[in-house]
Amino acid sequence: MKAVQQKITPGWLGAIPAAWLAVLFLIPFAIMLSVSVAHRVPGGFFEPGFELTSYARLFTPFFGRILLTSVLVAAGAALICVALAFPFTVVLTGLRRRAQTLVLVVLLAVLSLSEVIIGFSLSTLLSRTAGVGNLLAWIGLTEAPQAYTPSLFALMAGLCYLGFPYAVLVLYPPVSRLDPELGEAARIMGASPLRAFVTVTMPVLRAPLAGALILVFVFTLGAYLLPQLLGRPRHWTLSVHITDQAIFQSNLPFAAAMAVLLLLVALAMVGLALLLGREKGTPA
Amino acid sequence: MTRLGPLYLIVILALLMAPLVVVTGVSLNSAQSLRFPPQDLSLRWYGALFQQADWLGPLRNSVLIAALASLLAVAVALPLALHVWARGGWLGRALYTLGVAPFMLPPVITALGFLVFWVSLGMYGQFSATVISHAVFLVTLPLVTISLGLQAIDPALIEAARVMGATRGKVLRTVVLPLVLPYMISGYAFAFVLSLNEYIIAYMVAGFTVETLPIKIFNSLRYGYTPIMGVVSVLFVVIAVVVFCLIGRFGNLPRLLGAERIRD
Repeated sequence: MKAVQQKITPGWLGAIPAAWLAVLFLIPFAIMLSVSVAHRVPGGFFEPGFELTSYARLFTPFFGRILLTSVLVAAGAALICVALAFPFTVVLTGLRRRAQTLVLVVLLAVLSLSEVIIGFSLSTLLSRTAGVGNLLAWIGLTEAPQAYTPSLFALMAGLCYLGFPYAVLVLYPPVSRLDPELGEAARIMGASPLRAFVTVTMPVLRAPLAGALILVFVFTLGAYLLPQLLGRPRHWTLSVHITDQAIFQSNLPFAAAMAVLLLLVALAMVGLALLLGREKGTPA
Repeated sequence: MTRLGPLYLIVILALLMAPLVVVTGVSLNSAQSLRFPPQDLSLRWYGALFQQADWLGPLRNSVLIAALASLLAVAVALPLALHVWARGGWLGRALYTLGVAPFMLPPVITALGFLVFWVSLGMYGQFSATVISHAVFLVTLPLVTISLGLQAIDPALIEAARVMGATRGKVLRTVVLPLVLPYMISGYAFAFVLSLNEYIIAYMVAGFTVETLPIKIFNSLRYGYTPIMGVVSVLFVVIAVVVFCLIGRFGNLPRLLGAERIRD
């Protein structure tokens, strides 16, 4: 965004995307905001109005449980993802370009997979007739093939599967910017590879790591199908309940109020992550 | 780096591929069961996807929505990226943030926003509503790739064209556009793959009238699993791998994803 000297685009050009995004992105949010304070007509839709009934429901134990479940599940998945993804990314950035491209293709392919497909694949893998259950019985660890889904374990596995490629791609730019000589210096001074990793690489990348943790948290918070496919109803997260309220309970105002809360939480966290990311100029 | 590093990489990649291998195996069953390893290998369900009307419809919807929505997304992202690149300023920054925002937020929020928006307009449940919603949601991808392409342009090229007397329009058409065309294509491809796989927005905007493949899979999961779902999964994985391989082959995937230091 440096080039002032080259105003080679006509001034009106920006108006097209500005109008497009304003109408199709900002207005839906404005409507959602107005729906969240609208009056619910039971069994039907809603009528315009201003009342905070839907927001009041956010302070009930019912909602508190949903929120706690969502936060714990997403935070757990984010921690596991980043813990696994960080060493992965460090090794990845050390590879040659060809090998890197190959690994990135796999990651992107997994990342772009629909949650439906991830849920279907994992529930097949963890089912009684295919995959893990069969394998364990065959080895003799269990007497008969057993199903491992739906369960909290299956849900966490699914969320990690969803979040892992994302975590790698978030960490990829800052890790690739890291000066390889830093690690080498530590090695020459006699540090073991593990020690160099823990005492040099990790502290240097503290801010991007925290940023990645937050972004993966927000990302897994957005999962809406995996909790339904791999978890039990008590593992349902905020995203699932928003859909449920909007489509099946026909309570749009309450769904909108929950979405507004989720939006505020997500915006705050993404903002924090971007702030943390900005401080990363120190290495290199 | 010791030998432990690459080993770790391979183990993780194997874990990532395990579900896909199982699904591929399942899709080859000849009976309507999800056995793995498959019994009596057959491609029967691959044929079924393209013959059974109840799967062919969603397949057609998905491909059409992805093709149109990505086109629209690129058409909006191009002027946006150009404006930000050539003029910057607060409007540029605000627009760029707005363009990237849908992607950073949990998609349920965007989906619900679109739901109430289309309901207010009376377009809830229409094909065009899904296309436009996807286009807005996916504008981030071409926006990021095209911006990267623009930043890579050598300012001297543009200066040279200007000095030689080319008008603004001519510089845009003959210098800038050809240089960013590959980035437009990869942005289109990214958006296409993601639109194919997108569920929640398509579902909230027109889930009961315009069935896409992910919606169809989810709906049929309730009535039991069939190998045909495995077939769709395999198809989607193959499309994604082919698209990203092509981008990696003709473009610089590591750079596109933000790497700065790469050993060749």
